[in-house]
Amino acid sequence: MNFTRRETLAISGAAAAATLLPYNLMASTPDLIAGITGGAEASGEGISLTAPEIAENGNTVPISVDAPGAVAITLLAAGNPTPGVAKFNFGPGSGSQNATTRIRLAGTQDVIAVAEMADGSFASAHQTVKVTIGGCGG
Amino acid sequence: MAKGVKPRVKVPKTAAAGDTITIKTLISHKMETGRRKSKGKLVPRMIINKFVAKFNGKEVFSTDMHPAISANPYFSFYTKVSESGTFEFSWTDDKGKTVKASRKITVK
Repeated sequence: MNFTRRETLAISGAAAAATLLPYNLMASTPDLIAGITGGAEASGEGISLTAPEIAENGNTVPISVDAPGAVAITLLAAGNPTPGVAKFNFGPGSGSQNATTRIRLAGTQDVIAVAEMADGSFASAHQTVKVTIGGCGG
Repeated sequence: MAKGVKPRVKVPKTAAAGDTITIKTLISHKMETGRRKSKGKLVPRMIINKFVAKFNGKEVFSTDMHPAISANPYFSFYTKVSESGTFEFSWTDDKGKTVKASRKITVK
């Protein structure tokens, strides 16, 4: 790919601006949710996200999501260098649409869960987790 | 896959038909994010990116993972059993290598 001088300047300028922003401004929660739902409205009902309010160690933060009737749940961390965390897919044999895992968080930020229901609708929940020591290798 | 990758799975040995059972899985893996530096050089990304749990060949639960999953990925989830059978678990890493585990369950 060839860049003109003007494009190169614009790209480096944008990159510099992005690095200067604090973590929680890098990706906004509504934008991330819209990215998963494809712009569709996500209701706040029918999904619960369990995360600690304060996590001492950002390397292992226990997270649990529960969304009865969901076919998939996507977990996002708004303030991580890459916001995607995991996507849980529930097959027909799953007993309840509930999963628990441990995630890494770079700093204090919003953790977001977006559930895709069997009828194609979406539900989302988010919670702010305070992180004392970040978990992304500095 | 790197040495010392060992899956651990907890599945009840018996259950009553129609019961919802809890399955817990853990696999030892560093889950290198590709952002950590060692001696000034970035350590290349090396994570497990896919976990699949099947019961009698049918998928009950699967996960797509990104680097934000902690080292030694742990998952717990639920499944409803109506017949005896075998659970098969597989973890696939960035290089496409797969580690497998299986557990039998008897439904009374």
